[in-house]
Amino acid sequence: MQSLVHRNLHLIQLLKLAKYSKHFPNNLVLTNSPLPTGSTPLGCYKKLIEYYKNGEISFEFVKTFNMDEYVGLPRDHPESYHSFMWNNFFKHVDIRAENAHILDGNAADLQAECSSFEDKIKEAGGIELFVGGIGPDGHIAFNEPGSSLVSRTRVKTLAKDTIMANARFFDGDLSKVPTMALTVGVGTVMDAKEVMVLITGSHKAFALYKAIEEGVNHMWTVSAFQQHPQTIFVCDEDATLELRVKTVKYFQGTAKPHCILRLPSHTIYYQKDLD
Amino acid sequence: MPSNKSVSDAPISQFINCRILRGHTLQREDLWVRDGKILDPEKLFFDEQGFADRLVDCGGSIVAPGFIDVQINGGYGVDFSQPTEDVAAGVSLVAKKVLEHGVTSFCPTLVTSPPAVYHQVLPQVQVHDGGPDGAGVLGFHLEGPFISPEKKGAHPERYLRTFGSGGMEDLTEVYGGLDGVAMVTLAPELPHSQSVVRMLCQKGIAVSLGHSVANLSQAEDAVQHGASFITHLFNAMLPFHHRDPGIVGLLTSDRIPAGRTVFYGMIADGIHTNPAALRIAHRAHPAGLVLVTDAIAAMGLPPGRHPLGQQVIEIQGLHAYVSGTKTLSGSIATMDMCVRHFKQASGCSVEEALEAASLHPAQLLGISQKKGNLDYGADADLVLLDDALRVRTTYISGEEVWRKDA
Repeated sequence: MQSLVHRNLHLIQLLKLAKYSKHFPNNLVLTNSPLPTGSTPLGCYKKLIEYYKNGEISFEFVKTFNMDEYVGLPRDHPESYHSFMWNNFFKHVDIRAENAHILDGNAADLQAECSSFEDKIKEAGGIELFVGGIGPDGHIAFNEPGSSLVSRTRVKTLAKDTIMANARFFDGDLSKVPTMALTVGVGTVMDAKEVMVLITGSHKAFALYKAIEEGVNHMWTVSAFQQHPQTIFVCDEDATLELRVKTVKYFQGTAKPHCILRLPSHTIYYQKDLD
Repeated sequence: MPSNKSVSDAPISQFINCRILRGHTLQREDLWVRDGKILDPEKLFFDEQGFADRLVDCGGSIVAPGFIDVQINGGYGVDFSQPTEDVAAGVSLVAKKVLEHGVTSFCPTLVTSPPAVYHQVLPQVQVHDGGPDGAGVLGFHLEGPFISPEKKGAHPERYLRTFGSGGMEDLTEVYGGLDGVAMVTLAPELPHSQSVVRMLCQKGIAVSLGHSVANLSQAEDAVQHGASFITHLFNAMLPFHHRDPGIVGLLTSDRIPAGRTVFYGMIADGIHTNPAALRIAHRAHPAGLVLVTDAIAAMGLPPGRHPLGQQVIEIQGLHAYVSGTKTLSGSIATMDMCVRHFKQASGCSVEEALEAASLHPAQLLGISQKKGNLDYGADADLVLLDDALRVRTTYISGEEVWRKDA
């Protein structure tokens, strides 16, 4: 799939720089990357692990910030985002533990935990690349419909839709699904230098329509990125089913020249993937 | 970079490029070890922000918990039932040699002997952990003398005993002290056996039924009182009969107390049990199957005549007979041979074959929280095997103690 290639190209670009940075210790390129969990990014992580195992990239100097975590779920619960990140990503690559930041949903003072997370992002020099998926209700991270578009990292109660969507990870038992989460805010993400939103599947199609063909609206929080200077939405064909034919044709038409323009010369290697 | 030392200063080893036996399946996971125990790497990462000090490349091997042999009478010329001046030296020699077979813990077994032998031998060997010098000793397995004359097998009849009143005196008179004893095999049809079974179980000593002509009902009573093992199923007991299955019937009995499992030892050397019988037992009750070698002093030695207990044994190929008869006196197969033969004869999975030699004996002895599995916190006693289940390397407490072609 063309869009699959593009999303990996982008991350590879930044991570290759991170690998080369070993030779230039005074000029570390920190790729700060809020990481998503859930079903969409699994394929992405698998690819990254593959490239790491082939020796093409390294995570040794990469700092990551996960965008959310459930409140009150034990850290070693198989459905916690700590477990998800460890099993699906961290344990397979060479990232350093002190560089991998995940919100602590069991902190004694949740609000302080959120503020300290914002501080850690600032200390790291800000987010360079944000990667995330969306919910069927158009939420980014756990910024549910009605979230402020200038919100920061905070505690959120989860919408019924989200709880139902998550039930499949808890044996289909609604009573087992956490009802609150810590999440980065829409404002936090808007501060990132670059945003990449991954949207696949027809069940996300309506949210994508609301996100890019309608106005900026706090009921579809991902629409906030219409006002971000550098955002990429990566989609598969099914996700575009609710868009106007004209919109889809426009973006398909600009894809190839866009990639050629954006790629710096040392990654010309990837040209063949565009065909 | 090692951990931030918030929990421990000890170095951390990470076994990579391997398949580990965990959760009853072989998983492509790394195994982490610190301080001789299996470590949880996720806790290490998030709590201590640490990672491994050294990597151990397993070359694609299977990593299984070290094997546990609960019935081994000796080997390499050593006979545990011979009262020598330095029993401990004999046990140590065997303990060192069995590392080659993947055995990391064992129960030295004494066959029926006169009280003088027990009084001399038992105090000389204590329960102790394994290490570079050899496998760990879990305690003695006392097979006899309270067994049936009709099913004595290779045991000397003149030393068989019955219970006087079923009290502690019967045991102390014969065995001396019971410290360092992990298991006792007895025949439950002997009068007063029930109180003996209860007493032994209360002391944390496993009771096994064997060398017996008990019917199913007598066997079930013994289990009610705490018996949990059957010594070499099929051998030295009444054969299965459809109107009275005898001890064999325990495998499918409905009178086993809830939450308890009856385990049964099988000598899977290709000689003591016909493969079809092995399969019947395995299919009837797979969770209870425990592989044992029942190895005798002649194991590891060339063909010929050798002493065992108070008798003489003759080796012919892979068979070991009571000299001058066709009565089997024990096996000379090694534990890894038994694991391979069991898998091939029963058609079971690799995981089941490995668990029969590790997890099940640990469960039988009630030590499965630290032995017999690779769960976090368990002792890092490991055996690395190739796909044909041949032993490549053996580890005790995370340290290499034997390597093939070292």
